[in-house]
Amino acid sequence: MSPAAARRSAAPQLAAAALVLIGLVAVPWLFSTFQTITVCYGLVFAIAALGYNLLLGYTGLLSFGHSAYFGMGAYTVALLVKYMEWTSMEAFVVAGVLGAGAVAALFGIVCVRYTRIFFGILTLALSQVLWSLALKLFWVTGGTDGLRVPTPKLFFSLLTPAEDKLEFLAYRYYYYVLILFVAATAVMWLIVHSPFGKALQAIRDNETRAEFVGVQVRRYRWVAFVVSGAFTGLAGALWVPLNGLTTPDIVYWPFSGRIVFFVVLGGFRTFWGPIVGAMAYNYLETYAVGYTVYWQLVLGIVFVLIVLTLPQGLAGTAEGLLRRMRRPAPAT
Amino acid sequence: MTLLATRGLSKTFGALRAVDNVDFTVRPGEFLALIGSNGAGKTTLVNLISGLFRPDAGRIEFEGRDVTQQSVNERIRTGIARSFQLVNLFDQMSVFDNVALTVFARERKTRSLFALADRDAAVADEAAAILAQFGLATRARMVAGGLSQGERKLLDVAVAYALRPRLLFLDEPTSGVSTREKAPIMDVVTSVVRSQGITAVVIEHDMDVVFTYSDRIVAMHQGAILADGTPDEIRRNDQVTSTLIGTVAPA
Repeated sequence: MSPAAARRSAAPQLAAAALVLIGLVAVPWLFSTFQTITVCYGLVFAIAALGYNLLLGYTGLLSFGHSAYFGMGAYTVALLVKYMEWTSMEAFVVAGVLGAGAVAALFGIVCVRYTRIFFGILTLALSQVLWSLALKLFWVTGGTDGLRVPTPKLFFSLLTPAEDKLEFLAYRYYYYVLILFVAATAVMWLIVHSPFGKALQAIRDNETRAEFVGVQVRRYRWVAFVVSGAFTGLAGALWVPLNGLTTPDIVYWPFSGRIVFFVVLGGFRTFWGPIVGAMAYNYLETYAVGYTVYWQLVLGIVFVLIVLTLPQGLAGTAEGLLRRMRRPAPAT
Repeated sequence: MTLLATRGLSKTFGALRAVDNVDFTVRPGEFLALIGSNGAGKTTLVNLISGLFRPDAGRIEFEGRDVTQQSVNERIRTGIARSFQLVNLFDQMSVFDNVALTVFARERKTRSLFALADRDAAVADEAAAILAQFGLATRARMVAGGLSQGERKLLDVAVAYALRPRLLFLDEPTSGVSTREKAPIMDVVTSVVRSQGITAVVIEHDMDVVFTYSDRIVAMHQGAILADGTPDEIRRNDQVTSTLIGTVAPA
């Protein structure tokens, strides 16, 4: 595709993204504090889902252990608060990304040697090592009580926490998360459309041939693993001030399953799918929990229905419909 | 003068000696056909030379340099590329991206995480030119998995060609396509390869293709080299005709 054609084909997507962004900017002014904070959680989960999909959608690796990197991001922040008494969100973000990236780099060395179920089980097993540490090293991690994280200072302390915590989360912190969400989305867009991103897709499609065109398969998988872990770590770091508390639950394997759910719900074959899936899941869970004690049953049924009826996920199905509508009718 | 030479190359799978003490040479600029019945060891020999398998014994020299221990990637950088018997493409990527990715990899640009691939005009131009050479320009935006078998065979060769190899192995470039499609595919492949001065080794079962397009023929049987000569010499070789070719019309 020529550069000009590439620009033309990306234009409608970017226009739609700009419209959605305007909508997201308006959320705190149009909706209640509760709704805004719910969207804020959705944005945080969307960053994790974007990171996760670099592995699943673009590299063809199904991880069951991304709770490790989300948890690492969150616990890095909580431990910096506990031991260093840091308060700067910028420092938390950098530390969370680096902490999760470092663990992903280490775990990745082992995991990327394998594919398919072996890869999945290894990621799961390694994440559970971190979970057991979060649970059992209670004098450091607080065990099941977890660690509290107060509202941080934003933008190099230019913005200090407001009196009202909910007010802070629904305005200042919401916009802070939105800025990082936009930045993370832009960076991920760049990565998946870069020559490196093309190499990952080649590995996903045909590992042997990728090697025979000169792609260093294992090394590229490892880089993808680290980037994926770092994005998920960023999400963990942003999540913890929003939640105010981190507990071992977010390192436990069901949380990894939740990240898989985001991506499958939205569709892992499209760039926007994980974002749509994370936002949709967040709403679904919030309301299912509010309406019934059997909320897991509701989520389970939705998951099964999505897999059976919309295997392309919400965004994938929508994209397919749009493409079909745009395609001219065949000549008769 | 040889471009590639194997010395005592052997590979066994269990009790089967797939490649048995083979001394195989390729001269610069030739279009060589490797023939033999199924199981003769042709593909295994190519797998050993291209680095897919490690030999049990023997050595492989490219321009006099021992490449036996080199990885696949190192061999590609040395100038050895290959296509595959069963088409091996990136099926979910576009036809264009199959070639463009290869150019990116060759130029070591796949290390770049923060640049838009589609904005690289030099790579785009080269990929488009390669697709045009192989007659696939009109298919550029199609998904590779949607091509016909003949087109997939051509794209498989185009991907290997995009590495700008000096020695190109073509593993049955016309297998699985109709008789009518074979000559057009071979015409395109040989014209591109010869115009660029690339040395090529083609594994082929179709004797019409073999005798029409090759400068030299190496016949294999049960893991060993049975005969080596020009098409005329091979035609006159009784051992080859009785073992491999059967009744072949005289030239």
